[in-house]
Amino acid sequence: MNNSIDWKKYLIVFLITLGLFFTAIYLSNYFGDKKINQLESIQDKIAIDILSSETQFSLLSELSCKNISDSVFSSELEELGNKLEWSQENLGATEEVSYLKKYYALLQIKDYLLTKKISARCGTKSAFILYFYTTAENCSLCEQESLVLSALRTEYPELRVYSFDYSTDLSAITSMLQIYKIKDTVLPALVIDDNVLTGFHPIDELKKRVQESFKLQEKKPALPI
Amino acid sequence: MTSLFNIIFYILIFLSVYVQVFFFVTFLENRKKIVIRNGKIKLGFYPSVTIAVPCWNEEKTVEKTVQSLLNLNYPKDKIKIFLLDDGSTDGTWDVINRFTEYSNIKIFKKENGGKYTALNLALENIETDFFGGLDADSFADPEALVRIMSYFEKDPETMAVAPSVIVSASKNIIKNAQRAEYNMGVYFKKMLCFLGAINVTPGPMTIFRKKVFDDLGGYRHGHNTEDMEIAYRMQKNNYKIEHCNDAYIYTNTPGTIRKLYRQRLRWIYGFINNTIDYKNVLFKKRYGNFAMFTLPMGVVSILAVGYLFVRIVYNLGHFLYFKIIQLKIIGFDFSIKNFSPDPFFIDTQFFIFLIISIYLLVIFAIVFGRRMTEGKSGLSLDILYFFPVFGLTAPFWILKAIFNTFLHRKPDWR
Repeated sequence: MNNSIDWKKYLIVFLITLGLFFTAIYLSNYFGDKKINQLESIQDKIAIDILSSETQFSLLSELSCKNISDSVFSSELEELGNKLEWSQENLGATEEVSYLKKYYALLQIKDYLLTKKISARCGTKSAFILYFYTTAENCSLCEQESLVLSALRTEYPELRVYSFDYSTDLSAITSMLQIYKIKDTVLPALVIDDNVLTGFHPIDELKKRVQESFKLQEKKPALPI
Repeated sequence: MTSLFNIIFYILIFLSVYVQVFFFVTFLENRKKIVIRNGKIKLGFYPSVTIAVPCWNEEKTVEKTVQSLLNLNYPKDKIKIFLLDDGSTDGTWDVINRFTEYSNIKIFKKENGGKYTALNLALENIETDFFGGLDADSFADPEALVRIMSYFEKDPETMAVAPSVIVSASKNIIKNAQRAEYNMGVYFKKMLCFLGAINVTPGPMTIFRKKVFDDLGGYRHGHNTEDMEIAYRMQKNNYKIEHCNDAYIYTNTPGTIRKLYRQRLRWIYGFINNTIDYKNVLFKKRYGNFAMFTLPMGVVSILAVGYLFVRIVYNLGHFLYFKIIQLKIIGFDFSIKNFSPDPFFIDTQFFIFLIISIYLLVIFAIVFGRRMTEGKSGLSLDILYFFPVFGLTAPFWILKAIFNTFLHRKPDWR
């Protein structure tokens, strides 16, 4: 009976398996890097769009409100947000992802400030929600509030929701938290028309607030250019 | 906690890849030794063989089984057929009584005691040097026996030769899924044969030298898998088991999920409990690849499927919980927001590539197994049935078998 064991074969198979493991890790990193590159190029495009709008805005004195490109980047911002969120879950909270998240937060703030100004000057219909959540600890209320906000955004295309991760280490976010006096113990937190709402708020309540926000705008006359 | 689960997951994936690569390397080493004979062959000497057909309520199939034995391309005076009614309550006894006119057929009737008791009754009455059983739901190809016996002629050290058990084409999806699985089984059995590490000598017509039973004793209950227990015992005693890949035995497989579940529960329970009974063999060098590869491989497969299933159920539970929360707070949402054809969202975590490589090696096993049994190359539709049928059902019988082992609850035969 041939019961001898070919140890060399066991070793070779081990090495092949190890090789497959490293190849899989290499492929995973390769595709991960490609995704990061894709995120970077989207961010760059958004940055250019914002810069372009800012420039347009500066030129407003010479242009009419009709020429201002409206919400060109809002859908892209949302797409970028989704992709970043997915990356954080699936690629892990790597340095690149957290760097991109900071960049994303800055772009959101710039978009918020600019759109608010345009809305005030040109009287375009829009409402804004600043949403603060956390990924540092298990925040089930944040997950629920995110669902509410996604549904709300689908119902009101003119509504702009800007989401900020409390745990992002960025001075601009810290300033906003100080302005609105938001602490990590009260998350999720929302800011609508300068009112700060903490904890979970159901969709019906937020709908009312968004509608009120639209009404407020209608009452305000557009500022002269 | 999550990272601990991930570490277990990665170790199981590593071991699963290792097992498949081991089979593939064995294939590459030995592929030229795989002989598939298509025509009739002749032996220098035709030893007498006794084939026992234990029957328990097999009135529908036993006649065809006996006919297949009578049609074997082997000298009629060298084949003795024992038909054993193991306390059937249907018309089996009447059916087998029709064969009393054949001089080489003997019939026996006994109280129901399980298949192994019927086989032992046959062993008590044999006068030949070779012995085999044939389940009463299986049918031998005419060339099967002579091809099996050629292995004994070639090597006097060979103590048992297992055939290739295959499934006939059917319109039943469950049976076709099993056809792919049995083809894969033929490939794996051949590889285990090259390793000297076969762990089952299947009930459908494995032929043994009588010496095996003289030396090691008769069949045992073996947790309702006596064909596994005898193989374990032979391996423990370093008795050589061969696989004759071109000796085809067609078996009648379960046609419903429920019957398949019961059969596989019995097999897996048998594997777990026979392995526990023979745990002293595990990782002992003197028992060869059987101890170092076959048994650990079986354990890894059970753990991997069981673990993967628990993980899938956990994720599914998490998903459902999320959906319920969603329903509660924003109501029914008909839009498919999360559906996006964007390739960005394709999961490229490293283990996905390893799972793909395992699948590719399994598909290779099915394809090559089909070439060995049906002589056809390429992919068959059966593969399409195999993955969903076994993917969805196997975890249930595996977990149930583990559960039963803990509770010492023995599964029924059918």
